[in-house]
Amino acid sequence: MPFVVAGHPALPQLGPILRGLERGGADAVEIGIPFSDPIADGPLIAAAMHDALELGVTVDGILSEVRTIRPSLEMPILAMVSISIVDRLGRTDFVASLASAGFDGLIVPDADLNVVAPLVEAAKSHDLAFSTLLAPDTARERAIVIASMAREFIYLLARKGLTGEHRDAPDLRDRIAEIREITDLPLAAGFGISTPEHVKSVVRDADAAIIGSALVRAINDAARSGDDLGDAAMDFISPMASAAHGEQGASGSGRVHID
Amino acid sequence: MSGASAGLGDGRFGAFGGRYVPETLITALEELELAWNEARADPEFEAEVSACLRDFVGRPTAFTCAPRLSARAGGAMIWLKREDLAHTGAHKINNTVGQVLLARRMGKKRIIAETGAGQHGVATATACARYGLACEVYMGTEDARRQSLNVFRMKLLGAEVHEVDSGSRTLKDATNEAMRDWMGSVGETHYILGSVVGPHPFPTIVRELQSVIGVECRAQCLKVLGGLPDAVVACVGGGSNAAGIFAPFVTDATVRLIGVEAGGRGDQPGQHAAPLTFGTPGVLHGSLSYVLQDREGQTSNVHSCSAGLDYPGVGPEHAFWKDSGRVEYMVATDADALEAFQSLSRLEGIIPALETAHAISSAVLIAGAMPADQHVVVNCSGRGDKDVQEAMRLLEARDKNASKAGRVSPARE
Repeated sequence: MPFVVAGHPALPQLGPILRGLERGGADAVEIGIPFSDPIADGPLIAAAMHDALELGVTVDGILSEVRTIRPSLEMPILAMVSISIVDRLGRTDFVASLASAGFDGLIVPDADLNVVAPLVEAAKSHDLAFSTLLAPDTARERAIVIASMAREFIYLLARKGLTGEHRDAPDLRDRIAEIREITDLPLAAGFGISTPEHVKSVVRDADAAIIGSALVRAINDAARSGDDLGDAAMDFISPMASAAHGEQGASGSGRVHID
Repeated sequence: MSGASAGLGDGRFGAFGGRYVPETLITALEELELAWNEARADPEFEAEVSACLRDFVGRPTAFTCAPRLSARAGGAMIWLKREDLAHTGAHKINNTVGQVLLARRMGKKRIIAETGAGQHGVATATACARYGLACEVYMGTEDARRQSLNVFRMKLLGAEVHEVDSGSRTLKDATNEAMRDWMGSVGETHYILGSVVGPHPFPTIVRELQSVIGVECRAQCLKVLGGLPDAVVACVGGGSNAAGIFAPFVTDATVRLIGVEAGGRGDQPGQHAAPLTFGTPGVLHGSLSYVLQDREGQTSNVHSCSAGLDYPGVGPEHAFWKDSGRVEYMVATDADALEAFQSLSRLEGIIPALETAHAISSAVLIAGAMPADQHVVVNCSGRGDKDVQEAMRLLEARDKNASKAGRVSPARE
C-alpha cells in the first residue's frame, strides 16, 4: 500500500500518480493530508507537506480533487490525517465529507484514545475503515483497546521513530504473532519500509506493507527531472507490488481487504 | 485544582489537555508519568530538588517593591517576583533542574529540549552541565538569529545546538523537531519540555516544578504585605511562568489572576501570538488547548517581538482557567512591551526580558485602575540582557518611524 502526500508536487498530479500506482499493482493507497506540524513524519514527508501547504493546498481542495478522480480508480483510498484537522473541521462533518468524496477509510496517527470513540462512531456510520497506530512497544491491554477501535484493518508501526528510509528490513515476526492473538483484523505495517526486499520480508508476517518516504523521494526525483509522474509512480510501485504479491502467494496469506 | 474530569482519564483540565501523540510516544509518556508520581512522593527527591534550587539556582528569589513604576501607574502598589534573579536569568531553571534530576532518577543519559528565546535551552544546558548529562537543544534558525548570544551560551555549557530550518523556523518548529528526535530515541533520552504544553504529563510536571514561584510569592505576600495581593500578573507564551505563579493562588478567590499574551502588531492573523485571546480550541504538540489555526486546522504563523512568546499554542490548563473564568487574559502589543522595557529599566533599575515587559505593561494599566491601598504582583519572569541588542534595533526603528510620522502625519499613532 503506497502513501502519497496530497498536493505534492501539485494537486492536479494526484490523479495521474494514483492511476500510475494502480497500474503498478498497488492494492490500496493512503493519501496524506498535509498538516503544518506533522510530528510523526520524517524529513521527506514533512517537507512534502510543507511544500504542499505553501502552494495553497487545502483539505477542501483535496476532497474535490479526490471526488473527481475517484471514478477512474478501483483500489480503496484511505486518508492519513492529523486529529488537529479532523477536530477543527468537526469529526462528524469531516468523516461525512471524506465518505462523500469517495474515501474508503481514514487513519488518524495522533488521536487520543480516551476521546476517540465519537470518531470511530462516525467512521462506522459511513462504513469507513478506521485505524489509529499500533506501536512496536504498545502494551497488550492497550493493543486490545486499539484493535477494538479499529475497523477493517490495523496500522502497525514497523519501527520506533519516524517515517523515513532505512537500510534493514524490520523483523515483525514475534510482534505480529502477539497481535494476532488479540485480533483477526488484517495488519498493515508501515514506517521505514523502502525497498522490494523490505516489502518481501514484511509481508511474510504482515498482510500489507506501507511505503511512504521512498515513494515521496521517487516522486521528488521524477518531478525534478520533468518525468511523467504517473509513469514514475507505476515504475516505483510495481517491483514492490510483485514482492508483496509473490510472497503472499507463496505463503498463502491474504491481502488487506478494505471496501 | 487540576480540574481533571471523570471519564477522560488523567491529564485533562476540563476538556483540555490529553495525549494527542503518535503511539510511539505513549509508552514513554506512561513511564514518565509513573516516574514523576514516584519521585514527587519521595521525600529524598523533594529534598534534592529543594537543595539544588537553594544552593545552585539561588532561591528563594527576591520580592521587590516597585514604587516609582507604581507612581507612574497612579494606583495600586506594584511588586515584582524576581525570577530574573534566578540563576541563568529566568524562571526556566526551576523546571530544568527538576526534570534533569527526574531524568537522572530514570537512568536517562541524554537530554533534549526545544527553545524559543533560548532561555529554556540555556537553563537545560546549565542543569545538564551541573549533573553531567549530554544535552542537545533544538532552536529555530530565526530565533537563533535573534538570540545568538544564547546559542553561544548553550555551546559554552557543553550543549549541542541543532538549528531548525523548517516551517516558520521558530519555537513551534523546534518543538516538532525535538518531538521527532524523542520518538526515535526515547529509550535513553529524556525530553525536557520547557513550558506547560505538550502531552500529559508534561503540563502537570512543568506546572508543579514552576509552582515554587507562586508558593514563595504567596508566603512573601503574607509576610511583607500582611495578606494576599489583590492581583497577580504574568506574561503567557506557553504559559509556564504564569502557571507557576498562578497555581498556588488559584483557590484564593479574592486574588485576581491576569495572564498577558503577545499582541504583536495587531489583531489580524499572523500579527500576534495570542491564542487565548484570538484562537480556537485545537490540538497542537500533543494536547488540546487554544491554538491559532486556520479554518482547516493548520497552525497559523505568529508574530511577537519576543521570541519566548512567539508560539501559536498555550498550555491546556490556561485554556481551562480561561473557560472557567478563573484567570483573565489580555494582550500587550510589541509597542507596549517596548515601552515597558524602557520604563522598568529607568524607573526601577531592572532591565526585564521582552517577554516580562508584556506583563509589566499590563500591570501598569491594571494597577492604574485600582485604589492606592491595593497590591499588584507581577512575575518578573526574566532579565533583559539577552534582549538588549534586539531592543536597540526595535527602539531605533520605532524612533525613526516616530520622527517620520511626526513630520508627515502627526495624527498617526
